[in-house]
Amino acid sequence: MTEVRIEGLTVRYGGVVPLDGVDLTIDGGAWGLIGPNGAGKTTFFNVLSGFARPAEGRITVDGEDLLSMRPHARARWGLRRTFQTEQAIRELTVADNVRLGYEHGRRGGAGEAVAAALDFVGLADQPHRLVGSLDMRGRRLVELARAVVGSPRLVLLDEPAAGLPDQESEELGALIRAVPERLGATVLLVDHDMALVSACCEKLAVLDFGRLVATGPTAEVLQDPLVLAAYLGTTEEVA
Amino acid sequence: MTTMLRQADPAAQTVPGPGGTVPEAPSRLPRIAGAVAALAVLAVPLYSSPYWVQTFTATAIYAAVALGVSLLLGRVGMVSLCQFALLAVGAWIALRIGYGLDLPFLLVVLLAGLLTGLVGVLVGLPALRLSGLYLALITLMAAAGVTVVLAATQFPNGGDGVLGFSNTAAGTSQLARPSFATSDGAFYVLTLLIVGALFGLVVWQLRGKAGRAWAAIRQSEATAVAAGVSVVRYKLWAFALAAFITGAAGALLAASGGGVTTYQFPTENNILLLAACLMGGVYGLWGSVVAAVFVKVVPALLQVWGIPSDVLLIAFGVGVIQTVLVSPQGAAAQLGHDLSRLARRLSRGGAR
Ligand SMILES: Nc1ncnc2c1ncn2[C@@H]1O[C@H](COP(=O)(O)OP(=O)(O)OP(=O)(O)O)[C@@H](O)[C@H]1O
Ligand SMILES: [Mg+2]
Repeated sequence: MTEVRIEGLTVRYGGVVPLDGVDLTIDGGAWGLIGPNGAGKTTFFNVLSGFARPAEGRITVDGEDLLSMRPHARARWGLRRTFQTEQAIRELTVADNVRLGYEHGRRGGAGEAVAAALDFVGLADQPHRLVGSLDMRGRRLVELARAVVGSPRLVLLDEPAAGLPDQESEELGALIRAVPERLGATVLLVDHDMALVSACCEKLAVLDFGRLVATGPTAEVLQDPLVLAAYLGTTEEVA
Repeated sequence: MTTMLRQADPAAQTVPGPGGTVPEAPSRLPRIAGAVAALAVLAVPLYSSPYWVQTFTATAIYAAVALGVSLLLGRVGMVSLCQFALLAVGAWIALRIGYGLDLPFLLVVLLAGLLTGLVGVLVGLPALRLSGLYLALITLMAAAGVTVVLAATQFPNGGDGVLGFSNTAAGTSQLARPSFATSDGAFYVLTLLIVGALFGLVVWQLRGKAGRAWAAIRQSEATAVAAGVSVVRYKLWAFALAAFITGAAGALLAASGGGVTTYQFPTENNILLLAACLMGGVYGLWGSVVAAVFVKVVPALLQVWGIPSDVLLIAFGVGVIQTVLVSPQGAAAQLGHDLSRLARRLSRGGAR
């Protein structure tokens, strides 16, 4: 499974430092990236996917230098992401949304790949439906299918369950767990829903004010007093 | 929140999306009725005066130009205010090739399209960095540049030299028509066929990989990139394709009645064209036809009725405001809605 090695990653926006010297090695499986609002989680995703340039630091994925790849080339390489504000393309059909995620940088095989991805998320029965007519759950699933179509290596999910009620969030959690298990991709999940994160992820990384304050197995990290203080501002247990 | 749990209802398919930007899938009936009506209308000039044959020829040509504007604005989200200038560029190139080389007419049209497509890519380069108002301004300046250069060079009229223009040349700036379509009527039919093919080309692109990439770019460039789309390539491709059909239309214009003069291409017409496209509707194909009717048929009617054409400017202004406020999808989509509503009402009446 894809290994991501991050060294000394710092991002500056003027006076704001959303990421401050982050060292982290993500060694496959499903990882959760948690932290309070403004901790730098989305910025971290933006750096990985090429939408933000770090001031300092190195990132290697399976030994390759990620920062030298252009953003769309990273996607073609297999680094896929979803967005905090859901971004399924309204005027395309369900299948075309997924196909969009497959067809660039590849030749042939779109039909089977799209069918497999739709099957994976459970939308195989309505490929020709316009995405603009789907509810939030449907659009989130389309976005996930677009991220995992083909053979993804590293999938970044930014609050994929935001706006979904608990039961749907649980369903989505089962799918997220299946991404490393069935598709063999490394997953990095950002979400404020601790139930979802702890159900999906065997390891956690915790950001606070741009600094990495804890990493390790989920259960251990959630007991860490530093994490409790950072995340909730109290010493109550999180999960 | 329980409503989110229910299985998606396929009947909800025609619900318009947020912001009204997702066009409703129109029902079959108005579509077929529209096509039949369109064919009938297309045949009219053949049975009337040369004035209307020429007007309809021009309308078909401008429909292709409007299609270029709509492709860029409606499908990719880029405002180009130099498409009318590219029409002049296409006409110039066609005339230059037409006088310079002895090539078949269709090949001249194709070459004019391809070379104008190259110019379109150059114009599109700023679009990679600029958007919205800035892109509009830059493309308008490019259009003004074309007007200035054109005033200096004139359209080729069979003269010598690189520019192919001479005051003493016997020829006019009219491209020779092919031997099988020398009459106005035959040339009108040929124009319809070529413009139809240009529409087909665009539809083919819209339904494929490019169309999906454009839809993504229009909604969110970041999303397109995250899906692996090279935004640079597809923006330039949109400019190239729009310029290609406009350049081919320019060749047709150069061969239409009376040929072309530089006076036909004032810079402000680029803005009028955009206004007409907005009124017609930039999200569908019929919108481009309606836009061309606004630009060509309506002024022709005004002339027949003896109404000063300045009225048109005011009407365009009012029309754009009405479009923005009442039917952002444009007149063509509005007509589609109205027709399907009418059809539903009729069928309900019939069932009773
Ligand atoms: N483009 C930008 N320009 C300036 N500041 C930015 C930019 N993007 C993010 N920031 C700042 O960086 C900090 C981290 O933001 P980020 O969006 O990464 O947080 P987050 O952990 O994703 O928060 P949330 O949980 O609310 O989504 C915030 O203070 C934010 O205001
Ligand atoms: Mg965020």
